[in-house]
Amino acid sequence: MHATDRSAQGHATAAELRLNILLVDDDPDFLESLRIPLEAAGHTVTTADGVKAARAAFDQQVPDIALIDLMMEDADGGFTLCHAFKAKAPQLPVIIISAVTSETGLDFDAATPEERAWIKADAFLAKPIRFEQLEREILRHVQNVRS
Amino acid sequence: MNALRILVADDEAGMRHGVMRALRGLSVRLPDVDATVGVEVEEVASGEEALARVDVQPPDILLLDQKMTGMSGLDVLHALQQRGSEFLTIMITAFATIESAVQATKCGAFDFIAKPFTPDELRGVIRKAAEHLTAQRRARELAEENRRVRFDFIRVLGHELKTPLAAIENYLYLLRDRTAGEYVEAYERPIQRCLCRAQGMRKLIADLLDLTRIESGQRQRTFEAVDVAEIAREALELVAPVAEARGIALALAADGPVVLRCDRAELEIVLNNLVSNAVKYNRDGGRVDVAVQRDDPYVRIVVRDTGIGMSAEESARLFQDFVRIRNEKTREITGSGLGLAIVKKIAGLYGGDVAVASTPDAGTTFTVTLKPAGEAQADDAFARDDQSLAV
Repeated sequence: MHATDRSAQGHATAAELRLNILLVDDDPDFLESLRIPLEAAGHTVTTADGVKAARAAFDQQVPDIALIDLMMEDADGGFTLCHAFKAKAPQLPVIIISAVTSETGLDFDAATPEERAWIKADAFLAKPIRFEQLEREILRHVQNVRS
Repeated sequence: MNALRILVADDEAGMRHGVMRALRGLSVRLPDVDATVGVEVEEVASGEEALARVDVQPPDILLLDQKMTGMSGLDVLHALQQRGSEFLTIMITAFATIESAVQATKCGAFDFIAKPFTPDELRGVIRKAAEHLTAQRRARELAEENRRVRFDFIRVLGHELKTPLAAIENYLYLLRDRTAGEYVEAYERPIQRCLCRAQGMRKLIADLLDLTRIESGQRQRTFEAVDVAEIAREALELVAPVAEARGIALALAADGPVVLRCDRAELEIVLNNLVSNAVKYNRDGGRVDVAVQRDDPYVRIVVRDTGIGMSAEESARLFQDFVRIRNEKTREITGSGLGLAIVKKIAGLYGGDVAVASTPDAGTTFTVTLKPAGEAQADDAFARDDQSLAV
């Protein structure tokens, strides 16, 4: 972990933080299309294409932040994973990414403490997501933990 | 319906009592829903009361006297028409005049019964109305079910189209922003993946059009004598390059031509789907064996692979729309999820079926049976199930 002295420089960019990011999604193209820009921004990215691979990667190394797709083989695979991660590493920021809102009309959010407690995630992003948006969220949640 | 609710509106007390007596203990057999229901009868003494009552608790059947002091039966009918009521009204007319009956029906009455009538006549009219009511309700439920199935189909379709679109967009953003640097070589895989996902979408749309044409019966079908073995050979040739790259052996067993009277395009869809699945879900270095056999009056097509196989639960869901067996072994395999649903529907058109036998990690065998299309079959084969979709 490369902690940056933010007090001297104002806010750090995500790149300056050089994070270990765990990216979980069952669509290999979604993984690839986020891995490339995240690595280009200086982060180390571990990708996992399912719940099992994600647990294995987590056990190898607890990441600085985890980005998890909600719906994988089993409909709530993302939630289960989230619970498991938070149980082992309560401080780990977890962002859930899903297409569930636009497709089912179900509205999830993690804006209030109650919602975060229920979902066990720190943020909820709806697909399609843009890289800039993701980078902003990563930065916000990693800094929340560190400040 | 637990009990048939009947409201009697008549200003003559004697008439109301007669009706109540005739209907007491009546049970109505409803063949459509295979049930027998009793009746609950209520009475009111005027048109105004009838309207007030139906507002509070609409009956299933309203027995309405035509001639009442105050609001007449026709006035009540007019008022009910404005409200768009769903129950059936049977008019009690004083005289069996054609005009009064016609007028009542025009105003929305379902039937009429002329005074004087016997208890049996009254029960007959009530039974007829009850049967009509259940048929109407069933039709409405079916329409609702069809709407729901259609909605589900479109929702899943939306997901299946949005996912590859999102992948392509994300890759294009990388290219636009030169995220991986200025050299085009760095983008080779993203470009390949864009093409692959676009092809997947194209295949999905093609399958969707096939499915819709088959289900809607709009497609012009041309029946001719087709050699099934020949079509199987062509299907194998189509997958030969992919099979060769993965070391998968392809073999066809057919004792000479096996001629079936059918629509060539439909037979091609069946064989192409089964053969391409047998390659896709195979292991590297495996085999695909296709056999075309005659078993009068059927032609049997057997496609056997040595692939990843599947569990009994997975097999059971296999022929539904958009079902793709998703597990770690199939993650890299692309498909529309419509192929086998289409194969099953086509087999149905030829009075046949598709059977699947599979052992996990050993392989899967699909057996399709087809009967020759007769001249008459062209039309009645399209007597479709109620769940069919026209998207």
